[in-house]
Amino acid sequence: MSIIELNDLCKTYKVYQKKEGLRQSVAGLFRREYRDVNAVRGVNLKVEEGEFVAFLGPNGAGKTTTLKLLSGVINPTSGEAKVMGFVPWKRDNDYRRQFALVMGQKNQLWWDLPAQESFRLHQHIYQIPANQFQKTQDELTELLDVKRLLNQPVRELSLGERMKMELIAALLHSPRVLFLDEPTIGLDVVAQHNIQQFLKYYQQERKITILLTSHYMQDIEALCERVVIIAAGTIQYDGSLRGILNRFSNVKRVTFQLAEGQSFEALDRFAPIEELQEPKVQFRVPRSDVPKLLSGMLDAKRVVDVTVEDPPLEEIIAELFTQAAKNQKDSSPEWLGGN
Amino acid sequence: MWAKASTWWTYFRVSLEERMVYRGDFIIGVMMRFLPFATQVFMYWAIFETLQANEQPEGRLTGEIGGFTFYDLIAYLLLVTVTRAFSSMPGLTSGISNSVRNGEVKKYLIQPIDMVGFMLIQRVAHKLVYYVMAFLPFAFWFYLFRDCFTNGIPGVEIFAVYLLSLVLSFLLGFFLETCMGLIAFWYLEVTSLTFIYMLFNFFLSGHMFPLTWLPGEFEWAVQALPFQYLAYFPAAVFLGKITGAALYWGIVVQIAWVFFFFLLSRLLWHRGVKRYSGFGG
Repeated sequence: MSIIELNDLCKTYKVYQKKEGLRQSVAGLFRREYRDVNAVRGVNLKVEEGEFVAFLGPNGAGKTTTLKLLSGVINPTSGEAKVMGFVPWKRDNDYRRQFALVMGQKNQLWWDLPAQESFRLHQHIYQIPANQFQKTQDELTELLDVKRLLNQPVRELSLGERMKMELIAALLHSPRVLFLDEPTIGLDVVAQHNIQQFLKYYQQERKITILLTSHYMQDIEALCERVVIIAAGTIQYDGSLRGILNRFSNVKRVTFQLAEGQSFEALDRFAPIEELQEPKVQFRVPRSDVPKLLSGMLDAKRVVDVTVEDPPLEEIIAELFTQAAKNQKDSSPEWLGGN
Repeated sequence: MWAKASTWWTYFRVSLEERMVYRGDFIIGVMMRFLPFATQVFMYWAIFETLQANEQPEGRLTGEIGGFTFYDLIAYLLLVTVTRAFSSMPGLTSGISNSVRNGEVKKYLIQPIDMVGFMLIQRVAHKLVYYVMAFLPFAFWFYLFRDCFTNGIPGVEIFAVYLLSLVLSFLLGFFLETCMGLIAFWYLEVTSLTFIYMLFNFFLSGHMFPLTWLPGEFEWAVQALPFQYLAYFPAAVFLGKITGAALYWGIVVQIAWVFFFFLLSRLLWHRGVKRYSGFGG
């Protein structure tokens, strides 16, 4: 059995529609109009134990809503979900002791006290035996290099250090399933990298199941074999990161560097030019046209260097998002939702 | 059970530590509590002086208002300040409603803990720190006005009942304000509700003047509502104004109110979480 299973999961929010202007505000005191927002519409997903899965999607795509459903914070409008055999929104204590949710923008630690105090409280809340607690805490603080900060009030830590502490707090009880909602949001490159390295190591070592949402492609490229793209509340793609290229992109970028003295005129007879910056010229062509372009250019010009590459992943995904949004808009005007 | 107790104990300790972080703010807070009391002393002094201006210009003030001499009144107001130190819950309602509004309440849904239980423990910790800090100032006021307690300190039985009603006033204040905070699950903004509560509290709890001063028509409101147990009742018990069957009946009613708001808070929490999880998040 899969450790996480979602069947036709749907979540519709009711959102108060405030119209513009004072008159409408007054009217809103008496009669309110609500609008249904379909944040998640029919998500089917299976995740096996030990997988590291990324949720990718634009703002309001339903990623956070899905994580909230899986951590039992909200109830679905329809559909089913099981995590480790539990129905999340029943909030069974046995379930709650086996997973953790880390939200990049929310703080679970006591702001005015050293992280050590919050950790100790977690030890009791999650009933972690003393020796195991000490061992886990030592291990995690060492891995994340924050041992010396344990006794400093959380409010005095930097954002990156705080995030590390949040992660430790979430992992002290050795959860089998971990939900990470934008864990690297707002962090600098170094801190982001540290957290990525840590997550990667920890996941491989412990074989825990992690579901992660992020806007940063680097996060996802570094960590996840499997990517689930959500847009407009439905799954648009489920597979490897590289697979996105094969499936959604059939164009290549071909860049030529021409030898000195070569003319750059009328190059667009070969293919549409993407960028021209002497001595380089870049074309964007369908994959099948690459050989023709190469032979044509090599025949006509003295070429010093050639590269053939895929367009950046971000570009493809952005296109995918736009497409999904457009499709959704055509079928229903209200596709945005969640946060 | 043992595991639960040790969790509560740890939470209690952490809450104590948290309370002692901002010393300056805390000490000022303790001192400011006595400001209304000091103001009232001066105000009533002026009133009682006017009352007997023609009779004895010097010496003890002898006038009475509604059965209270100036000295009775001081004793009453000082005791009410003590009760209020138990029953008032600064920041509880707004704290709960804010955590609902900004989503912090999620923490209590994700972790295997009970929000209201944890808040109660936190409040007990905060109160204890407060009593330790406020002991000396209270001792000072009681010493200064020792002559006002014409009946002296009550006997063991009355004193025991007094202590019980103080503890009950703490629980009543806690669960009542918790209920108001939990209303945020339905109406995100509860400030105006808090304001209405304060208004009622002002008149019907007896913390500005003895409730016996209220016109007879208000008697039913005092009796029908829980407010008198937040200030007046324990003070009146201490002063020996309530005796015999009325004393024990009063305690029974106070216990009943505590139970009522305790149950109501459970109900609001369960319904609220259901609504929260169905509606937004």
